[in-house]
Amino acid sequence: MIELEGLTKRYGTKTAVDRLSFGVRPGVVTGFLGPNGAGKSTTMRMMLGLDRPTAGDVRIDGKHYDQLKDPLNHIGALLEAKSIHGGRTARNHLLCLAQSNGIPTRRVDEVLDLVGLGSVAKKRPSGFSLGMGQRLGIAAALLGDPRILMFDEPVNGLDPEGIHWIRNLMKHLASEGRTVFVSSHLMSEMALTAEHLVVIGRGRLLADTTMESFIEENSRTYVRLRAPEPERLRDVLVADGLAPTEGAEGAIEVEGAQAVRIGELAAEHRLVLHELSPQQASLEEAFMRLTAQTVEYHAHTALPGPGEPAAAPPPGQQQGWGPQQQKEGF
Amino acid sequence: MAHLTRVLKSEWTKVTTVRSTLWTLVLAFFLTVSIGIAFSALLKNLSNEERGGPLDPTYVSFSGMSMGQLAMVAFGVLVVSGEYSTGMIRASLGAVPQRGVFMAAKLVACTALALLVGMVTSVATFFGSQLVLGEEKASITDDGVLRAVVCGGLYMTLMALFSMGVTWMLRSPLLAFSILMPFFFIVSGILGVVEATRKIAQFLPDQAGMTMLAVNDLTDFDRAYGPGGALLIMLAWVAAALIGGYVMLKRRDA
Repeated sequence: MIELEGLTKRYGTKTAVDRLSFGVRPGVVTGFLGPNGAGKSTTMRMMLGLDRPTAGDVRIDGKHYDQLKDPLNHIGALLEAKSIHGGRTARNHLLCLAQSNGIPTRRVDEVLDLVGLGSVAKKRPSGFSLGMGQRLGIAAALLGDPRILMFDEPVNGLDPEGIHWIRNLMKHLASEGRTVFVSSHLMSEMALTAEHLVVIGRGRLLADTTMESFIEENSRTYVRLRAPEPERLRDVLVADGLAPTEGAEGAIEVEGAQAVRIGELAAEHRLVLHELSPQQASLEEAFMRLTAQTVEYHAHTALPGPGEPAAAPPPGQQQGWGPQQQKEGF
Repeated sequence: MAHLTRVLKSEWTKVTTVRSTLWTLVLAFFLTVSIGIAFSALLKNLSNEERGGPLDPTYVSFSGMSMGQLAMVAFGVLVVSGEYSTGMIRASLGAVPQRGVFMAAKLVACTALALLVGMVTSVATFFGSQLVLGEEKASITDDGVLRAVVCGGLYMTLMALFSMGVTWMLRSPLLAFSILMPFFFIVSGILGVVEATRKIAQFLPDQAGMTMLAVNDLTDFDRAYGPGGALLIMLAWVAAALIGGYVMLKRRDA
């Protein structure tokens, strides 16, 4: 159990973390989501006692981090920033951490095998790939067999196999009743692993909810239509009190309507439909909408603001697996 | 206490498992001993007029220490800055969040190793040099000689410890090296030679430390203090650096 209460961190006049209060419960994977620069890493560093909060409090199992004796037995953390001396072999790196917390040496070899680094135990991490370094960091987190685990952007820069491995590991750890707290700036990644969601933007809490209700509340559902006579169709929809909008590639999108109703409406007016499909906006869009006001570093191409229809992707940059990509031999 | 013992064991593992830091100690040994013996061989064949006074066979054997101390400084810088430049500090404080305990354990482990190497170096350079000096040689049982040899080892250890304290304030290896190295290699020497600054320069840590190595009246340093005072001056420098380092470690975000 991790509890934050009014946690605040200011650097000069800039507020990195702003009165955060939430709890992280055991038994589920809790996703910690926010755009880059939202204050996720700062929050995690304060949880570990590395950074001192300007105000507020964070407690691990009811104690401050520096009140924990042998903290590796309570909480294991993988931070985003590298925290390994490149000149000390993988095994010795884990050994010195283990010794400081009274963890038996046998456990060092155990976790090395667990993360698949047994064969490079005597190698120095300066020659490790990103994925191997990440695995060594995870081995260190698992060293004390802690009940709480914390991962800061664990899939960053990993290959698909590594990503898959970490996802399963986190789910497995949660299923054993542990508290698992994972940060990410990718909603799609969270959707695959997290059951609970804490969203922050510019250091402020934006949402603290289950993944299920987050999806329900935040995803835009609409019906997409294609017809040979779009003008007439539009008139019919408007006459019925609906608000059709322009979709991608000449499609019409209608928010807040049932596909059944629209189908019947078209039939009544003897209109031909080429497509009638209920759509759900991606979670990524929902996340962007939620955090749009708080994104720290906007790119110059504007994101769709709240309420505006999602901009059509320019041809050739479609997301997903379109015919175009297939033709190009992907 | 049990906690401190565990952390001490961990810090000992840390300092003995990084090759590059161990090389600085090897370098300290070889620089000191080889230069000490070479100088002894050189000065032995000169007359008293040529070398500007009677020979202090003990002090001559420590001639390499002004170079060897730089390797000790490098050791002190590396054991502390290695935590920060690699990010290891986050893992270290994650495992031992009691920063005072962490710092104390690191200092004790690294100082123990430096003391071991420092003493071995001091003894080796003394006896090695005496072999070369032939008739002019001193005996370890001569008045003040044993004290000088012990102070030689102590001097190298305290230089490493002083560097650790300074690096704990600066964190960055580049910054620490670029301040400490030129200071001990050039600045301190110049200040010690220039008439106007000599009175102040004698209180610098390395100049005070070198005074500890002299055997009584054979080498005239023209200092306001004796070997005992020299040790106290060095200890004061070390204490100041370590207190500064501790305050920084305690207060700053890691």
